[in-house]
Amino acid sequence: MKSCNFLITGVGGQGTVVASDILAAVGLAAGYDVKKSDVLGLAVRGGAVISHIRWGDVVRSPIVPEGKVDVLLAFEILEALRWLDQLRPEGTILVNRQRIYPVTVSSGLASYPTIEESSAALRKAAQNVYLAPGLEIGQELGNTRVLNVVLLGALSGLTEISPETWVDVIAKRVPPKVVELNVLAFWRGRQALAGSRLAGETMAEDVR
Amino acid sequence: MRVMLSGNEAIARGAYEYGVEVAMGYPGTPSSEILENVARYREIYSEWSINEKVAMDGVMGAAYAGKRAMFTTKQVGMNVASDSFLYGVYTGANAGVLIVTADDPGMFSSQNEQDNRHYARLAKMPIIEPADSQEAKDFVGLALNLSEQFDEPVILRTVMRIAHSASPVELGERRAPSRADRPAAASEAGRMKRDPHKFVATAVWARGRRPLIEARIATVAEYAETLPENRIEWGDRGLGIITSGVVYHYSREVFPSASFLKLALTWPIPPRLVREFAAGVERVIVIEELDPFIEEQVRLLGIPAAGKSIFPSYGELLPATIERCAIAAGLLPAHPGAVKRSVPPADLPARSPILCPGCPHRSTFYTLNKLKYVVAGDIGCYNLGALPPFDATDTMGAMGASIGVAHGFHAAGLADRSVAVIGDGTFFHSGMAPLLNMVHNNSKGTIVILDNRTTAMTGHQDHPGVAQTLAGAEGGQVNIADLCRAMGVKDVRVVDAFDMEAVQRNLKETVACDGLSVIVMDGPCVFVELERKAPFEVDADLCNGCTLCFRLGCPAIFRADELDARTGRPKAGIDPVLCVSCDMCRQICPRKAIFMPTQAMN
Repeated sequence: MKSCNFLITGVGGQGTVVASDILAAVGLAAGYDVKKSDVLGLAVRGGAVISHIRWGDVVRSPIVPEGKVDVLLAFEILEALRWLDQLRPEGTILVNRQRIYPVTVSSGLASYPTIEESSAALRKAAQNVYLAPGLEIGQELGNTRVLNVVLLGALSGLTEISPETWVDVIAKRVPPKVVELNVLAFWRGRQALAGSRLAGETMAEDVR
Repeated sequence: MRVMLSGNEAIARGAYEYGVEVAMGYPGTPSSEILENVARYREIYSEWSINEKVAMDGVMGAAYAGKRAMFTTKQVGMNVASDSFLYGVYTGANAGVLIVTADDPGMFSSQNEQDNRHYARLAKMPIIEPADSQEAKDFVGLALNLSEQFDEPVILRTVMRIAHSASPVELGERRAPSRADRPAAASEAGRMKRDPHKFVATAVWARGRRPLIEARIATVAEYAETLPENRIEWGDRGLGIITSGVVYHYSREVFPSASFLKLALTWPIPPRLVREFAAGVERVIVIEELDPFIEEQVRLLGIPAAGKSIFPSYGELLPATIERCAIAAGLLPAHPGAVKRSVPPADLPARSPILCPGCPHRSTFYTLNKLKYVVAGDIGCYNLGALPPFDATDTMGAMGASIGVAHGFHAAGLADRSVAVIGDGTFFHSGMAPLLNMVHNNSKGTIVILDNRTTAMTGHQDHPGVAQTLAGAEGGQVNIADLCRAMGVKDVRVVDAFDMEAVQRNLKETVACDGLSVIVMDGPCVFVELERKAPFEVDADLCNGCTLCFRLGCPAIFRADELDARTGRPKAGIDPVLCVSCDMCRQICPRKAIFMPTQAMN
């Protein structure tokens, strides 16, 4: 089977670690050797978080080698831009269309990259760039905490692993009360992938 | 069944499978999830102890009582526990004693980068280092067997990349520890096998055990010669690499064809096995993270191994670093052509952790910044008080240090007005003794105890100020103000942390008075208790861009695009998703421009 190196980046509190758990468990369920490594900030909210996940025949290091990321799943636009140097040129970027301002930006000490700068940098870094409306889908489903599973749904469309395997792993990993909601979130995310490809244009102005 | 487990989860599983019956520790990144996962097994008594020394003593007591016992800590907690495991090496016990330390190369969440492998040599007890989660689980059993065979505690040392990495683990059943496994110290369950000459480490008896400890090092080294987990993997004989832990996997990735000696037991090392390996290869190098711990032992055998002359002795030793250093040393060919890699846009804004919206610590640091007092800080989320926009903390070094440092300020006659700031969990951990010391030695100063009713930074563990234990039982709950009064502090005040005026008034009053004062800043962590009301709003007509509220460093308050026509400065805005209506910004706004929407309607 084709090996794959994933990098998940985001902001503390967005649910990236659960996403990395699910992604690792899906790889194991599909028959891969799997390792992953989370770099967690403090328990306080708002710091940058990053997870490495590797699927392969034999995986030794839990850290993706420098510049060898196949798929970058970013929960936030700035946290996608920060890690572009880790991508293979033929890699794929899947970004949640959301901006979360660090306090340095909200207090005016630094500026957030513009939509044009962000679009250009993403397109230059990878052949395939997808901008998923994760937060909007979460809002439509009435619970933005499913953001991580929405994004995994979109990511699933980039892999050859059957959606049933994904759903099975997700149902085991999320709290029993919200299994149905998360399964729905997965399918909504998967459907959204096709329409979220960023080709020649700049990402829409409505990014929040 | 194979499942993905983090290193910490795997150690907890190992404790279950290998018959640990008592587990104690103190939370600290990256070790905290071990005990949190142990607590899921009803077969094991587990607790968050008040500090690492108390936990280590508890573990020794449980092992004297014949139960396999485990102590968990992050790397700096070993310093606190060291007084206790050092006697444990002399006394041994009636069952296995496992010490788990999770080190933090790269200092992701620690004040120093100490390499705890040195504790093995200092205390003269064996240390083993797992390379992945499967080994983390298996080595719990290995360590407990070693501990019982040689009658001394054994260290299982991980690093952040083991603790917080996950890999597949084959699960097994719990094996109730068989008493027959413990020839040295068979003890009937629940009955103390009394042996004061062994268990009382008083000088005259401990001196008698001293030669046994020295002799045991050679016995363990002999055992290490045939330990299957210390293994040679022959490859290309041109280069032989001695390594351990997660660095073994990094090195195998960087040098896929070299010969390897993978050590599980890294002190004491097996001399014959190392010599056999060195004799079988043209050149020996040691690849290890942090200090040249293995390298020095190998060189003492007369083997000219290179290690720290090639690889750095500080920071995380990542695969890319190993590769770069190996190329520089001529061990690997340089890359034929530089791979074209993308570059992130320049000057991306940093995203540092910050006090959460609604954090009760915010009022204290906003006020301390304003009053410009010298602040002796301590370890917890409130460390963020050292960063912008607060820039309030002047010193911080170790758990509980703030109060001792403030006492030193007084003893030195420091002319600046100063305070110590310590959290509730840290106060229980190691703040009580220095406060008592101030009382007894007639010291003066203001001690601020931030009581948010949890051990917040490490993930909200209990402590004696909380009514629930790790196991979920109702726990004895101690009131911090009462405790300080009982210790002899005359001026003890409890202040609502969300009342900005009261916070400032009490800080000023206590610092001005000539005595010892304690202020308990009372306000729950947002993760403990949060009554979410309607978010606040800014009346853009009233806001004149004074920017005072920006100094609260609240993630919910942002710089709006609109500038004030008169001052030309940006007005404030409040993010309704992030705001938890803690009210602090409303209280400090001089223009009364911040309001709760319902107030506007009235």
